[in-house]
Amino acid sequence: MNDTMGRYRTVIGHRLFWPAAVLIVMLAANTIYRPGFLSIEVKDGHLYGTPIDILRLSAPLILVALGMTLVISTGGIDLSVGSLCAISGAIACMYISKQPDQNSLGVVLTALAMALGVSLVLGAWNGVLVAVIGIQPIIATLILMVAGRGLAQLITEGQIITINSEPYRAIGLGHMLTLPLAIFIALAAALLVAAFTRRSALGMIIESVGGNAEASRLAGIRSGRIVFLVYVLSAGCAAIAGFMMTANVSSADGNAAGLWVELDAILAVVIGGTSLAGGRFFLSGTIIGALIIQTLTTSVYAMDISPQTSLLFKAVVVIAVCLIQAPAFRARFSRRRRNVPPPATTADKPKEQVPA
Amino acid sequence: MTTGSLTAGRTRFRLPRKQIPVLATLALLLVMYGIGVSQYTAFSNVQVIFNVFIDNGFLLVVAVGMTFVILTGGIDLSVGSVVAMTAMVSAALLRDGMPPALVLVIALLIGPTLGLLMGCVIHFFEIQPFIVTLAGMFFARGMCTFISGASIPITDGFWTRMSQERIGDPQGNFVSISVLIAFVVVAIAAYALAYTRLGRNVYAIGGNPQSALLMGLPVGRTRIAVYTISGLCSAIGGILLSFYTLSGAPLIAVGMELDVIAAVVIGGTVLTGGAGYIFGTVLGVLVLGVIQTLITFDGSLNSWWTKIVIGSLLFAFILLQRLIGIRYK
Repeated sequence: MNDTMGRYRTVIGHRLFWPAAVLIVMLAANTIYRPGFLSIEVKDGHLYGTPIDILRLSAPLILVALGMTLVISTGGIDLSVGSLCAISGAIACMYISKQPDQNSLGVVLTALAMALGVSLVLGAWNGVLVAVIGIQPIIATLILMVAGRGLAQLITEGQIITINSEPYRAIGLGHMLTLPLAIFIALAAALLVAAFTRRSALGMIIESVGGNAEASRLAGIRSGRIVFLVYVLSAGCAAIAGFMMTANVSSADGNAAGLWVELDAILAVVIGGTSLAGGRFFLSGTIIGALIIQTLTTSVYAMDISPQTSLLFKAVVVIAVCLIQAPAFRARFSRRRRNVPPPATTADKPKEQVPA
Repeated sequence: MTTGSLTAGRTRFRLPRKQIPVLATLALLLVMYGIGVSQYTAFSNVQVIFNVFIDNGFLLVVAVGMTFVILTGGIDLSVGSVVAMTAMVSAALLRDGMPPALVLVIALLIGPTLGLLMGCVIHFFEIQPFIVTLAGMFFARGMCTFISGASIPITDGFWTRMSQERIGDPQGNFVSISVLIAFVVVAIAAYALAYTRLGRNVYAIGGNPQSALLMGLPVGRTRIAVYTISGLCSAIGGILLSFYTLSGAPLIAVGMELDVIAAVVIGGTVLTGGAGYIFGTVLGVLVLGVIQTLITFDGSLNSWWTKIVIGSLLFAFILLQRLIGIRYK
C-alpha cells in the first residue's frame, strides 16, 4: 500500500505531471466533443489532421517560448518578442518583394539572414539595457515593444506586403518526411537549446544568475554577459517565429504579425513550471505549455467561438496555473487539509475550466 | 536647500533631485510646443491645447490610476482592456434600453471590482502583479468579444449630450465635459496622494515595502486599494472613451496600457516605486498628446512615427531616472 502511494506521489509530484495531464484532458475533451478530432489522414503523401495542425501552428509559439524560458529563468522578461516577430517578417518579406525572382533560394536566404541579423542587433539592444545599464527587464523590453511595432510599420510603409515566394512559403507550410517543416524547425531549435543548456554548464549558470545575479557575479560568473546572451537568443528565436508567421500567410503585416505572442509565450513558460521569479527553467515544460495554449486556441475555434473570446479561457488558465504554483496559495490549502497533497486539491481547477 | 548652501557654495543652483524628471518633462513639453508654434502658425491657437485634452481626457484618467499602482512598485496591464470592457458594457446595456443612470453605476462598478479581485490575488497569494493583471487583461478583453464581436453604437440622449456639449470661453475655444471630469479626477488624486494617509502609505510601500510593514502601515490594504483605484480610473476612462467615440468596440484601446505606462514614466514616476507626482503624469499625457498633434500637423509623417517617438522618449526618460538613481545612491 505504502509503496503504491509512494509511487503515486512520485508521479503526481513530477513537474511535468500537471501540464501533461491538462494537455491530455484537453485532447480528451475535444475528442468527446468532436469524435474526429484525433484522426489523421494521408493526403498527397503528407499527414493531415487536427493534431498535425496543432503541432504546426504551435511551432512559432514554441520558438518564442524557448527564448522566453531562458530570459525568464534569469529573472527577466522579454515583452518585445511580438514586435520582433513583426520586424523580422517585415524585413524578410520587404526584401523578397523587391527582388525580380522571388522564388530564388539565394534571395530567400539573403532575406532571412538580413532579418535575423537585424533582430539579433535589436536583441542586443535589449540585452545592453538590462545587463549593462541595469534597467528593469519589463521596462527595457517595453521600449522595443512600443517602438518595434512602429519600426515594423515603417519597414512595410504601413502596407501589408504580399509576396509570392515558394521557398519562403515552405518555412510555414512546407513538408518534410510527411510532416510540416515548421515542426522540424521548432524541434531543432528546442534540441539545440536543450543541448547547449543541459549538456554544458550553461543552463546551470543561467539558473544561478536567475537565482541571484550578484552572488553569481561574486562566484566568478559573468552575470552581465549571460543576461545579455539570453536576450539576444530570445530575439533570434522570435525572428525565426516571425518568418513562420509571415510565411503561413505569405504576407507581412507590421501591425498584426505576432500580436500578443509575448503574452502567449509567457503563459507557456509559466504553465511549463518555470517560475517568473527566475532561477529554474524547464524546456520540456515550456513546449507542453505551448502545445496546451495552441490546443486551447484550436478547440475554441472549433467551437465557433471568436478568437478574441479565447482570451477569456486563457485568463482562467493563467490564474489557475499561477495559483497552483504560488507557495502562499499552497500553504493556505495545506493548512486546511493536511492529509491531501496540496497540488492535487488545487489543480482540479484548470481541468474543469478547459472543456467549458 | 539650506543643507545644499551649507555644504558647498558651488552646488547652490543644484536642482532638487526628486524633481529633475518632472522638470525635464516640463522642459520637453515646452520645447515641443515651441517647435510646433515656430513651424505652424495655427499651432499657437489655444484650441490646439484644448484639443489635446479633449482627445486624451480618458488617457489622463487611466494614467492617474496607473500612477498609484506604479508608485507602490506594481504594474497594471489590464487597464486598456478594462477601458474597452467598460465602454462595451455601457454600449450593450444602453442598446438593451437600460436607463443611463443605472448603466453608469454598473459600468463604474465593474472596473473597481476586477481591480479589487486582482489586488487580493496579488496580496494574499503573493503572485506578481505583472502576471495577475495580465490575466485580468485577457479576461476583460475576452469579455469584450463575449458581449459582442462587432462594435455597438450608442444613441442614448444622455451620452450624446455629454459627447457634444461644449464648454467654451468668449473667444470660441471650448473643451468637452470629459475634460472637466478628467480634471476633477486629477485634482482628487493629487490631493489624495499629497495630503491623505492613503497617499503617504502608497509612497512608503513603494519606497520600501519591508520598512512600511515594520512601521505598522497597512501594506496589504493599501496594495489592494491601489489596484481598486486603478480599476475605478479605468472604468471612468472607459465611460469617457464611450462619450468620445459614442460606441463600444471589442478591439478599442488595444495596447493602451503601454501608452499609459509610457505617460506615467515620461511624467517622472519611478518604475520601482516611491517617487513621482500626479502633476508629472499630467505632463506625461500632454507630451504624448503634443507628439500626436505635431505629427498630425506635419502631415507627411505617418502614425507609426508616434510609436517610434514614444518608444525613444520612454528610453530617454528611463535612462535619465537610472542615471539620477546611480549618481545619488
